[in-house]
Amino acid sequence: MDQTRILLDHGSGGKLSNDLIAELMLPVFDNPVLAGMEDGATLDIQGCRIAFSTDSYTVEPIFFPGGNIGDLAVNGTVNDVAMCGAIPLYLSAGMIIEAGFPKADLEKILKSMGMAAKAAGVQIVTGDTKVVAQGAADKIFINTSGIGLIPEGVRISAANARPGDKIILSGTIADHGMAVLSRREGLEFESPIESDSAALNLLVGRMLDTYPDIHVLRDPTRGGVGTALNEIALHAETGIRIYEDQIPVKDSVAGICELLGFDPLYVANEGKLLAFVNGDHAETLLNLIQTDPLGKDACIIGEVVPDHSGKVIMETAIGGERIIDMLTGEQLPRIC
Amino acid sequence: MKYIQEYRDSRLSRKIIEQIAAISHRDIRIMEVCGTHTVSIFRNGIRTVLPANVSLISGPGCPVCVTDQKEIDTAIALAAQENAIIATFGDLIRVPGTFSSLQKEQADGRDIRIVYSTFDAINIARQNPDKDVIFLGIGFETTAPTIAASVLAAKKAGVSNYFVYSAHKLMPPALEALMNRELSRIDGFLLPGHVSVIIGTKAYGKFFDKYRIPCVITGFEPVDILQAVLNLTEMINAGSPRLENDYPRAVTEAGNTEATKIMYSVFEPCDTAWRGIGTIAGSGLQFRPEYAGFDAKAHFDPDVPDALPPKGCACGEILTGKLTPPQCPLYKTKCTPMNPVGPCMVSSEGTCAAYYKYHD
Repeated sequence: MDQTRILLDHGSGGKLSNDLIAELMLPVFDNPVLAGMEDGATLDIQGCRIAFSTDSYTVEPIFFPGGNIGDLAVNGTVNDVAMCGAIPLYLSAGMIIEAGFPKADLEKILKSMGMAAKAAGVQIVTGDTKVVAQGAADKIFINTSGIGLIPEGVRISAANARPGDKIILSGTIADHGMAVLSRREGLEFESPIESDSAALNLLVGRMLDTYPDIHVLRDPTRGGVGTALNEIALHAETGIRIYEDQIPVKDSVAGICELLGFDPLYVANEGKLLAFVNGDHAETLLNLIQTDPLGKDACIIGEVVPDHSGKVIMETAIGGERIIDMLTGEQLPRIC
Repeated sequence: MKYIQEYRDSRLSRKIIEQIAAISHRDIRIMEVCGTHTVSIFRNGIRTVLPANVSLISGPGCPVCVTDQKEIDTAIALAAQENAIIATFGDLIRVPGTFSSLQKEQADGRDIRIVYSTFDAINIARQNPDKDVIFLGIGFETTAPTIAASVLAAKKAGVSNYFVYSAHKLMPPALEALMNRELSRIDGFLLPGHVSVIIGTKAYGKFFDKYRIPCVITGFEPVDILQAVLNLTEMINAGSPRLENDYPRAVTEAGNTEATKIMYSVFEPCDTAWRGIGTIAGSGLQFRPEYAGFDAKAHFDPDVPDALPPKGCACGEILTGKLTPPQCPLYKTKCTPMNPVGPCMVSSEGTCAAYYKYHD
């Protein structure tokens, strides 16, 4: 591989992204908060515990079934803050717009941002707009940052996963990635696949109200559930075991994944969470999640185990085993 | 019926596994020829549930992996032409050539686009009339008809800036080469599903009559594969080889005759080199003279020297079942999916990539 250039794969959210951060960013920005490599930073400021996170959105196409780049940019950052166990409060929004971009589309995007913020109970309180020459950006890129307050007694971290924890997944996987891909590539299906883009903070709030001792929260976005679980196993230095027949995938999504040779475990989600919780409380928490519309298909997909530290192993539906590795680069459609 | 869940049925699978275990009394080597089978075997953990004396050997069925080094270099040389847009299926983009890869060329500013259908490539040609759009025709009988159809469509629509680099491969001649050259001991073949949908059961008739080796065509779900392994094990034990179709929901005796007709109206068989096997007579597809105007190789005639596979890379031995990936000195050391030396580590269907991803 060309070691001198940034490749698209460096942005895939998988192993190469992690390598890039570890090689170029961690040494330069050297500080213990960043070194935690969580979805967002957890900060102690004058006695307040604050979660702070940022994310840039470059989705193509900008409008897709189930959402657009605007609500995605709000929901994504709200979720990153919520995954720190925080109550998200304020967002910033920075836009880079390509000259010639239709004003009506911008209006539509901003409206959905407003609606998404309202639904999530957050306010967009500061922002920035830059316009660049045609070709210098693709239509529109949006960056959002968010802050939130972490309630007393809540300690969420990937490092907190421990043997005996059960892993709850809040619903079907791979919806967002396949919705965007099928729109981008003009793949038509009988029942269109919709993105699951949604803010999870209210659900997380209810979960933490009832059960503050959740160990890990993670929204499996780029890189999918497979990559998220690997990151947690590495951080916590434990093994993870999941069960293929417990992982919900919509038939339509499973079908298109099959067609293109994609593994749904590595496809992006934008409205799902993974929660690690002591096995004794897993059923109670699961029941609570299932009462929320965003968690109605939730299930327990596996557990943390003391052996094979740092590795994720899946028991297949037929009773076999396979390793779930971290995604190494973007999944590419196969030839045959 | 949804045609997926039924064939992933846990109880049925476990029953077949028990049946296989009950009749496995000696070492059996079954080659799965198709890369999609290889991936499914790993994804479902099929090796971990089979008795230790039943070995599944991966064969030359990943289209990217069997593509000869010189063909990869040619594709890269075509990408370097002034004014060219390369349209390709995704697998190919990371495959290392002798000096570069399409991905590197892309990072260097060459216009290389991943498409999902040959007709997307024609659309690119239409939208860019002042550019030469070259589609990289890699793959077996499964993809060749759609590529031939795109040539027919381009001809009909008068799209004159659309070209195809034909590096296609045909499956039955490769099976014959595996047997002829005794590249490794094989007791039975798990024949590809997708290819067979196109060419039908009948395409293997000559091969089977000549070599009398157990052959079962099957699909890609665990129940399909397990059922075929059971069927093959029974045949091997009984010494009564048959050519059977365990995938009747997709494969017919005659295959998709419309697709093969289109394929052979544009292309004709030619000799071609396979990575790891060498040149096999009649195993490739070249343009028929009446479609020569679409032939990227003839039109651009890139000057590409003969190339050897990367030093130390055992892709050739792995494709023919002589070695397994962990036996290659480069595996997991110098050769990883992030930094692949050979194509078997690149394609999602490559044996090395599958081992790396799923094997402990």
